[in-house]
Amino acid sequence: MKKRVGVLALQGAFREHRQVLENLGCDVVEVRKSSDLKGIHGLIIPGGESTTIGKLLMIDEMGERIKDLGMKDLPIFGTCAGMILLSKTIIDSDQYRLNLMDTVVERNAFGRQVASFETDLLVPAMGPHLVRAVFIRAPYLREVAPNVGILSEFEGKIVFARQGNLLASAFHPELTQDLRVHQYFLDMINEHWA
Amino acid sequence: MTDIGSLKVKTGLAEMLKGGVIMDVTTPEQAKIAEEAGACAVMALERVPSDIRAEGGVARMADPSIIEGIMAVVSIPVMAKARIGHFVEARILEALGADYIDESEVLTPADDTYHINKHDFKVPFVCGCRNLGEALRRIGEGAAMIRTKGEPGTGNVVEAVRHMRTVMSEIRALTLMPKEELMTAAKNMGAPYDLVLYVAEHGKLPVVNFAAGGIATPADAALMMQLGVDGIFVGSGIFKSGDPIARAKAIVLATTHYNDPKILAQISKDLGQPMSGIEISTLTESQRMQERGW
Repeated sequence: MKKRVGVLALQGAFREHRQVLENLGCDVVEVRKSSDLKGIHGLIIPGGESTTIGKLLMIDEMGERIKDLGMKDLPIFGTCAGMILLSKTIIDSDQYRLNLMDTVVERNAFGRQVASFETDLLVPAMGPHLVRAVFIRAPYLREVAPNVGILSEFEGKIVFARQGNLLASAFHPELTQDLRVHQYFLDMINEHWA
Repeated sequence: MTDIGSLKVKTGLAEMLKGGVIMDVTTPEQAKIAEEAGACAVMALERVPSDIRAEGGVARMADPSIIEGIMAVVSIPVMAKARIGHFVEARILEALGADYIDESEVLTPADDTYHINKHDFKVPFVCGCRNLGEALRRIGEGAAMIRTKGEPGTGNVVEAVRHMRTVMSEIRALTLMPKEELMTAAKNMGAPYDLVLYVAEHGKLPVVNFAAGGIATPADAALMMQLGVDGIFVGSGIFKSGDPIARAKAIVLATTHYNDPKILAQISKDLGQPMSGIEISTLTESQRMQERGW
């Protein structure tokens, strides 16, 4: 069955996620208000500014609706700002968050924009071929609870992790042609709805 | 292989700013207000465009201590302006750690013939344009993001609208041309041929395009978004208005919900006085900042 995947479209790189999901054969819904969440099989929270997206999530309690869906095991994938919003603890910040993953995230953890980079990342779950990963003012997970699986590290820092139905990357798979990371998330969705 | 400051990470930051509002600020307090209102980035300045316009004289890069003071208090990206062609101001801003440099016509140009070679820098650049040829020349020089010029500091959106409509209709025209016409099109608009080919094939610019220059209300922001821009710069429009906090929040919401007139009606209420604004025809040619740039 064709899967209907929501992409949170409040601010940020939602269009790129939409294109990748459509290339993988999904129906895509841009989520701007709570009613857009109806009937989706999974949700992507894109890169953007986590404080901006957080403010917009507070309107109409849309964030709380997403949190409920996440607690009820809806597959959710956060990239960059999405990783920040999924984490329960954000170092030095009291900004709004979805509070779903047992992770401690540090924002702008590799430095300002002049330190942004792309690199080849080993992600064992994706096979031996390296994943080209784009890090833009990226965060990383400083700590994770034992129930969080680490999918990849870069220079000893956790940049890709999964906790059950929740997936988080510090980098931007939507900015490259490599579809494997989104396919991995789609597999999670297919498993959940099997 | 790890690559710092690649074209991908430069254009990528602009992709992350899409659907957001970048606000001009002159103090750390204003920067906090902007962040609190939901700005996706701030532009650190010594004076906003309407004050530069009013005071006259030569407008230059801001004092580094102003930029550092603003970087110290917000977690969102901090942009700063360098004069057109002033590559040393740009190097200083890069050394300070500014996240984006606006090579801007709002400041007095330092070079009356050439822009900065922006490929030379790790920090990304945004540049203004009035038409497609100008946009593609700037991208050819290395700009990783484009914005309309509009007419800064006027609170009058008409020039930004004109520039956006011009860019969009020129893009549409290229997509309809047979290939043999594209070289002459490139010659006529003074644009690099490879970028003309890209636009003809993809029907869009190769980088993100924001609106700037005269946006003063939530409706202005939504208008520009509906015309096809990726996001909004607001210069004087917020902190020269009666209630900057309410207006900043409303413009952020309007940029997300630009296609929903009911929400726009709701958020346009009770915002106090907008900045007063200037009718463009009252400006002499030398007062028009949009003429700066080559």
